[in-house]
Amino acid sequence: MAVKVIKPGLATSVQDLGRPGYFHLGIPIGGAMDRLALRAANLLVGNDEGAAALEAVFVGPELEFTADTVIAVTGADMPLKIDGEEQPGWTTLAVKRGQVLSFGFLKSGARIYIAFAGGVDVPVALGSRSTYVIGALGGFNGRPLAAGDELPIGNGGPARVGRSVPQALRRTPGRPAELRVLPGLYWHRIREESQASFFDDGWKVAPEADRMGYRFRGGRPLSFVEREQPFGAGSDPSNIVDSCYPYGSIQVPGGTEPIILHRDAVSGGGYFMIGTVISADMDLIGQMQPNTPTGFVKVTMDEALKARADRARLLDDVRSAVD
Amino acid sequence: MSKQETRSPLPGIFYRKATPDSPPYKNDGDAVAAGDTIGLIEVMKSFHEVKAEVSGSAIRFVVDNEDAVMAGDVLAEIEG
Repeated sequence: MAVKVIKPGLATSVQDLGRPGYFHLGIPIGGAMDRLALRAANLLVGNDEGAAALEAVFVGPELEFTADTVIAVTGADMPLKIDGEEQPGWTTLAVKRGQVLSFGFLKSGARIYIAFAGGVDVPVALGSRSTYVIGALGGFNGRPLAAGDELPIGNGGPARVGRSVPQALRRTPGRPAELRVLPGLYWHRIREESQASFFDDGWKVAPEADRMGYRFRGGRPLSFVEREQPFGAGSDPSNIVDSCYPYGSIQVPGGTEPIILHRDAVSGGGYFMIGTVISADMDLIGQMQPNTPTGFVKVTMDEALKARADRARLLDDVRSAVD
Repeated sequence: MSKQETRSPLPGIFYRKATPDSPPYKNDGDAVAAGDTIGLIEVMKSFHEVKAEVSGSAIRFVVDNEDAVMAGDVLAEIEG
């Protein structure tokens, strides 16, 4: 069975849970920007949680089915239609051969996940089907979908139509969005007033935000503790001797615009990092539109670990809800 | 007179000109043909053209140059 792409949307790509294990070689972890939404979509259609699905950002694709199958759409709030008739999101839906899936305007959030029973059956590259567009790796020929593509779909098992993930278990960023941050190794590089202003100020998602990184504007510039730059570091006070960049780390080039590194980020470089967004909040970033007002909240390691445990329980609740 | 709304398909920044030094694609009151570019939306480091879906005798913009827009926001009204 296959899915024909009538309209590709803006940047629709095949994503699974990513390819951890190659970041030290400069290959990003990749995978869905909102992993909870991807897992939920797969569970709804009876797939393994990590099966490959489609991630569409801001604009939904238009797809035609070549055989009867079962699908689910999760993530952002974007009206979905089958043959023009509106259908619920976060729900197992039956579609018939020849039917067309299309979408209305995005209402809130940023990315939808479209799962098909059997999963998207593109070749596995370095352990994953995720598309890393800059590296032309994985996914459908290493690129976002284009009109006329025929996407191969695997053979699915039975899935009960009509199941849905309850509203209370769906996660979208608030307004303002709040991202919890654990200060990092380079915290001492900024002055006390900047250690405070970063968390006190209001920020907004910049339009450049994408799968590599989310850039923010609007807060006061950071001022750095004076020092003689060490050998190997660039001359700007925001430069450091090159270091590893963790997933979720926040670099602030020139001290002006924080950038949170996300799934397709570079793995290292010479910008200081103020800290790291906790793992429990990374999925929320995937649902943030440009101009979303955002605040950063300072947390301790204990709070971060508790948030991670809460997040694991939320996933368990999703699993039970669609079982 | 019928009025058609042209909506932004994307969230981002709306521009009425191709470059800072170019004239606007359309001025208020200009006639438009379906398929004419009326502006650009900047998002994710790229620019996407917004095209008029209908022809009309006069266009009126309701969003300013460089304003932030959400998907579905009305950018302009076109009078038939």
